[in-house]
Formats: sequence, C-alpha cells, structure tokens
Amino acid sequence: MSNTLFIMGMVALTFIPRYVPFLLAGKISLPHWAKRALHYVPIAVLTAIVAQASLIHQGVVQIDLNNHHLLAAMVAFFVSLTTRHMFFTILMGLLSFLLARWLL
Amino acid sequence: MQHHRTTLLLRGMRDTLPLILAAIPFGILFGAAAISQGLSVFTTMAMSLFVYAGASQFIAVTLLASSTALPVILMTVFIVNLRHMLYSAALMPQVSKLKQWMRIPLAFWLTDETFAVVSHRDMAQPDAPGWATYYLGSALAMYGNWIFCTWVGMTIGQQIPDMTTWGLDIALIVAFVAIVVPALRKRADWACALTAAVVAVLCFDWPNQTGLLFAALSAIGVGLLLDRTTTSDAGQQHV
Repeated sequence: MSNTLFIMGMVALTFIPRYVPFLLAGKISLPHWAKRALHYVPIAVLTAIVAQASLIHQGVVQIDLNNHHLLAAMVAFFVSLTTRHMFFTILMGLLSFLLARWLL
Repeated sequence: MQHHRTTLLLRGMRDTLPLILAAIPFGILFGAAAISQGLSVFTTMAMSLFVYAGASQFIAVTLLASSTALPVILMTVFIVNLRHMLYSAALMPQVSKLKQWMRIPLAFWLTDETFAVVSHRDMAQPDAPGWATYYLGSALAMYGNWIFCTWVGMTIGQQIPDMTTWGLDIALIVAFVAIVVPALRKRADWACALTAAVVAVLCFDWPNQTGLLFAALSAIGVGLLLDRTTTSDAGQQHV
C-alpha cells in the first residue's frame, strides 16, 4: 500500500462516521427513543472526556491535591453550578489552576 | 446581512479560543513526532490537511513507527472515529435544514471542540439563526490552528520544549465543564453525567479510546432509561 493510498484510506475512515448522519439528516425520521438519546450525547461524551483528562495522570487515577487539573475542574464545576456563566467559569478554572501550580 | 455573518463567524471563533489553546501543544507535538518517526513533510502535512483528526493522526504515526500492518492501522482509525458519529447524529436536527453540499465540509471539520461549542449554543439559544456560519467560524479557527501548529512542529519542533507537559489541556477541561454543567437540568441529565464520569475512569485503559465510547454509550443508556421512567410516570399521573 503506498503512502498516498494509505492517507486516502485514513481520510475515508475519518470522514465517513462524521458524514453519514449529516447525509441522512432530514431524509430519515428517527424513532422516538433515538431522538431522546441525542439529547444526552453532549452531556455523556464531554463528561467522559473531562473525567479522563482530569482524573488520570500518566496512566493512573490520581485523586489528591497534587492533581491541579482535578482541582481546577472542581472549581469550574462549582462556579458553573452557581453562576452558569461560561466565560467566568473558564476564567476561574484557569486562575485556580495557575494558583494551585504556584501555591501547592 | 454581510456584517451579521462576519459577526457570527467571529463569535464562533471566539467561543472556540480556550479549546484552541489546549490544542496547540498537540498540533506541535504531532508535527515534531511525525518528522522524527521518518514521515515526509508532505505526508505529515497531508494528514493535518486532509485527515484532520488529532487522535487518528497520532495513532497512525505511532503504529507506522512500530510497523503495524496498514489495514490494522486503518481499522484502529475507524474505531477511534466512531465517537464522532455520535456527535454527527446529535447535530442532525440542525443539519437537516442545510443544503447537501454544505454538509460535506461541515462533517469534515467536525471535532470534539467544535461539537462542544456548537451544542452549547444550541442549548443556550435553540433555533438561533446562522447556525452554519457560527459552526464554520469555530471549525475554521480549529482547522487553521491545527495546520499552523503542525507546520511549527515540523519546522522547529525539535528546538522548542514539549508543551504537552505545560498542562494547557486544562483550558479544554474547564471549557467542557462550563458547557456541560448548565445542560444538567433533569435528574436523568445528572445520572447520565455521573455514569459517563465513572465508566470513563473505570475503562480509561481500554485501547484506542474505546473506553470513552463505551462510557458515552452507557451514559446515554442511563439517561434514556431514567428519562423514560420519568415520562411514563408523568403519563400515569395524567390518567
């Protein structure tokens, strides 16, 4: 397999899962349960990504004060819960991360 | 109208900024790693230009270096990208309003980051006009940044320190938290998020991000289950 062919394969296999639902949008009507399921996609996937990125460090689960990612994520969680403000949440999360790095 | 479009495009870019910051070290690392594994400048850039999927590109470079069989690499790439099928499905209601030709570039540019930013806007302002323009702003900012960082990594990647240890991915973490938390309204939403977090941590060492996919699917299942229970309860009350 040549390099070009290999890359074309990668292009196809990356593109197809993204494109098929877009292609079908409006052409097929989803069953009721599937429509309900779509509501949970952002919550489910983004939370899973956050959990792995904040709790796992160098291949182990790390829950302590040395995990600055986790500390900042917790701060962001409570700020977002009380204010629901996106920019403020991100700002406080980043600031708490810098503060933790500096102090702890 | 023209002014309005530009504003939307810029707003999409602006809302993606924290996620761009988090992506920079990985773009540079990809460029540097690909070159040091012996990939040509052309192949490396072609991946960022035409594949445009961070995880797939890293897997390809790593597996090529360990001389894994090419069909195995392609299969792995496909599995890693199944998560994006969920994203794409979740955006179907909005995409159904768009012309078919527009769906091709938008699908190509679909990433974790653009999905997060766009679905946040959908939750905050459902049916807001200019969906595709906003999406495009976010996507172009991510794409431009990825290509630029790949180029930086290829050219001066060996001379600059490894930025992935700086912890810039914190920007992605707090941005995703800021997007998810306001979306947690019903009991089923909370149960869904909790399941996602617990399963993702339990399955973190599954290969090729399958733990992530499994966590997402389990969490959607839990949400759906509680959702159904609640609606049927409500139904019974009406009877």
